[in-house]
Amino acid sequence: MLLIRCPYCEAERPEVEFTYGGQAHIARPQNPSATTDDEWRDFLYIRANPRGIHYERWRHMHGCGRFFNAVRDTVTDKFVMTYKAGLPRPDQAELEAARS
Amino acid sequence: MQTHHPLAGRALPGAQGRVSIRPVEDCTRFILRIDPQNLGAASSVWGANLPPTIGGLVSGSGRIATCIGPDEWYLIAPLTEQDAIESAFAALYATTIHSLVDVSHREVGIAVDGPDAVLALQASIAFDIAAMLVGSGCRTIIDRVQIILLREGQDSFRVEVWNSFSDHVWNLLAGICREIELGV
Ligand SMILES: [Zn+2]
Repeated sequence: MLLIRCPYCEAERPEVEFTYGGQAHIARPQNPSATTDDEWRDFLYIRANPRGIHYERWRHMHGCGRFFNAVRDTVTDKFVMTYKAGLPRPDQAELEAARS
Repeated sequence: MQTHHPLAGRALPGAQGRVSIRPVEDCTRFILRIDPQNLGAASSVWGANLPPTIGGLVSGSGRIATCIGPDEWYLIAPLTEQDAIESAFAALYATTIHSLVDVSHREVGIAVDGPDAVLALQASIAFDIAAMLVGSGCRTIIDRVQIILLREGQDSFRVEVWNSFSDHVWNLLAGICREIELGV
């Protein structure tokens, strides 16, 4: 059983309370009618599939109900850190701090 | 109003007083959604302080209020107070936007009491029940069923579960209580 820290509940909660929400920090086009087909394709379907650090969305579905963001290492499946939705991507220094 | 209680008449005293389960008598239940900045206004309408942080629980005079999300509260009150609460919040709506939804008909309560209550719940809930603060509440999962779990005392818990899942959760807990009783 994986424990995931919900940044809203400020508590470690069991994996079964959460659902996965895909890659994080994908901004919807500001002006959809001016967006080309290729840009739409990239927005809708093209996702990173990194070996290592991955920024992703999770939802505390069976808890407080909120979406939030997480940094997870796809090799070890360990969560590096979680942070509230709307906050910027944590930088390398913050990740190092969270790891130690 | 629906008065049918799916667990009516059931009780499991449990041997040696280790752990027992019983259906909680019918009550009024609300989900309140409101901007936390306006919590003071909602508290004065409710008549008691609403807990400001997730997990917080305030009880008294037959009422329970627990914060289960950043802007979400679960409220329990005696059936006789339902109309008064609804009209008080309706008056608040003129000045403060919020949503108060009556979910009384949707859920039933199961009280889990006794020195082995932690052990019984831990059998099917994934987080550390013993570490749950006395006087706190949260939404969680028991055996794949979503519930709201309230810890009212050291040895006293309350499970709030949707009607359609209540039979399953009751039988699950009854089985666990029987195992504890038999020492297996
Ligand atoms: Zn949460």
